[in-house]
Amino acid sequence: MERIEERQGLLSALPVLILLGAIFLAPLLVVAGFAFMPPKVFHLAHLPSFENFRIFFDQGYHAPLLRSLGMAGAATVLLFVLCYPLAYGMAKIFGRFSLAITLAVVATLFVSENIRLFGWVLTLMKGGMLPGHLEAWTGLEMDGLLYNLPIIVLGLTYAYFPFMLFPLVQGISMVPDDLRLAASDLGASRLRIFLEIDLPLAMPGIVVGSLLTFVLAAGAMAESKLLGGQAVIVMADEIETAFTYGQNWPLGSALALILILIVGGLAILALSKIDLDGIMGRRS
Amino acid sequence: MPHKPITRAALLVYGILTLLVLYLPIAAIAFASFSKARYLSFPIERYTSQWYGKALESSTVSDLIVTSFKVAFAVMLVSVVAGFFGALAFARYRWRFRGVFQKFVLLPIFFPQAVLGLALLMWFNAIGVTPTWQTAIAAHLVWIAPIATLVIAIRAYGFDPALEEAARDMGAGYWQILREITLPLLWPGVVSAGLFAFLLSWGNFPLSLFTTGADLTLPEWLYAKMVSGYSPLVPSVGSMTLALSLILLLASAACIRLTGRRRRRANGGEG
Repeated sequence: MERIEERQGLLSALPVLILLGAIFLAPLLVVAGFAFMPPKVFHLAHLPSFENFRIFFDQGYHAPLLRSLGMAGAATVLLFVLCYPLAYGMAKIFGRFSLAITLAVVATLFVSENIRLFGWVLTLMKGGMLPGHLEAWTGLEMDGLLYNLPIIVLGLTYAYFPFMLFPLVQGISMVPDDLRLAASDLGASRLRIFLEIDLPLAMPGIVVGSLLTFVLAAGAMAESKLLGGQAVIVMADEIETAFTYGQNWPLGSALALILILIVGGLAILALSKIDLDGIMGRRS
Repeated sequence: MPHKPITRAALLVYGILTLLVLYLPIAAIAFASFSKARYLSFPIERYTSQWYGKALESSTVSDLIVTSFKVAFAVMLVSVVAGFFGALAFARYRWRFRGVFQKFVLLPIFFPQAVLGLALLMWFNAIGVTPTWQTAIAAHLVWIAPIATLVIAIRAYGFDPALEEAARDMGAGYWQILREITLPLLWPGVVSAGLFAFLLSWGNFPLSLFTTGADLTLPEWLYAKMVSGYSPLVPSVGSMTLALSLILLLASAACIRLTGRRRRRANGGEG
C-alpha cells in the first residue's frame, strides 16, 4: 500500500510541479540572471557584473524599499488589531452568521482590486461620496482626503483584509474551548488567557495571516498609484519604472531580486516552521 | 467559555460595521455609474443609465470582455485539472516529499504579483515568445493554480482513504476509482476552485499588466482610464464586471446546493 501511495503522490504532484517550474521557477531564475548583467542590456550573454547593486546603494533605492516595507509593516499590525476581534467572533461566537460574513468577504475578492481602490478614490476625493455629502449637509468646505502616506496604508489595509481575516479565523478555531474554560476556572484573567492560551495556540494562523498581508503589501503597486497619486513612490513603482521608462532590465531585475529575496526569504522561513496539515485539518 | 451577551452584541455590531466599510467603495462605484454629470461630484443631482448604453455600444468594451473571458476560462480549466491532482498529492496521498511539495506549491501565493509578471515578461523574451493574451493565461496560472490546489486540498483533507482502498480491494482500476469515488467526493471543492480561478483571473490586474503585450484585459483598460483622468465609462463598466461576478457567484451557489441535494437523495437522506 505504501509503495502505491508513494508513486501516486509523485504522479499527482507532477502537473502542478511542471506548471510551476515553467512559469514560476524559470522566470525567477531569469530575474536572478539579469540582476548580474551590466546595465541596459537585453540578453543574458554578457559577463556578470555587480554594477546594478552598486547603483542600488548609490542612487538611494533603499528609501523606497524601506518605505514599502514600513507601510507593509504598518498595514500588517493594523490588520491584526482590526481582524482579531472579528476573527474571534467568527471562530467562537457567531455560529451560522460567520458563514454569511465569510461569503460577503470572499465576494469582495472577486471584484478587481483596481475597481475597489477606485471606489475609495470616488469615496474620498474632493467632492467624493464622503466629503461631498458632508459638505452638502454641514455647509463646511471639505478637502479631498487622498494623496498622502496614511491613506495608502489604509488602502493596503483594505485590500488585504481577507488575507489576514481567514487565516486568523482558522488559527483561533484551533484553540480548544476546554483549555480556556479551565484557565478561567483556575482564576486566570482575560488578558492572561489571551496572552498565554489564545495567542500561542492560534500562532500558526497568525503567522500565515501576517506573512501573507506583509509580503503582498510590500510588493503592492496599485494602492500607491491610485490613492497616492504620484506623491509616494514605493518599491514596486521603482521596479516598474526601471523596466518601462528606464528600459534598464538589469537594474529592474536587481531591484526585483532584492525585494524577492526579502519577501521570499520571509515566506520560506515562516512556511518551514508551520504544520500545514494541522492548520488545514487532516484527519487522525 | 461562556460569553456575555454584551460581548456577543458588540462583536456582531463590529462585524456588520466591517462589512459596511468593505462594501463602501463598491457602493460608490455603483452610485457613480448612474450619475448624469460628465464630471462626477457627490451628492449626485441627476441620475441616468446612459453610460451603460454607451459602454454596451462600444466595440472596445466588448473586445475587452471577450479577451478577459477567454483568459479567465482557460485559466479556470488548467488550474482545476492541475489543482485536482495537486490537491491529491497535497492532502490525500502519503508520500516522501509531500511536505516539500506543499510548501513549494504555496510559495507563489506569497510573491508580489507585479514582480512575478515582470519576471514572466523577461522569461517570455528569453525564450522568444511574444506576449499576447495567451501569455497572460500562463501569468495568471502562477498565482491561481496554487490557490485552486489549496481550495481542493481543503476538501481532500476530509476525505476517507478507506473508500478508495475498498474500491481497489474489489478490483477497481486507478481511473475507475478516480472517476467513481475520488472525483464525486471532491466535486464541491472542484466547483469552488473553478469559480475562484475564473473570478480571480477575471479581475486580475497586476499579473496582466506586463504580460498581455498589445492585447488588453478589462482590468488593464479600467486602470488606464482611471489614471488618465475621470471617465464616466469606468464606473459603468466596473459595475458591469461586478454584476457578472455576482451572477456567477449566485449561479454556482445554486449549482452546489442542487447537486448536494440530489446526492443526498441518492444516498437515502445521508450525506
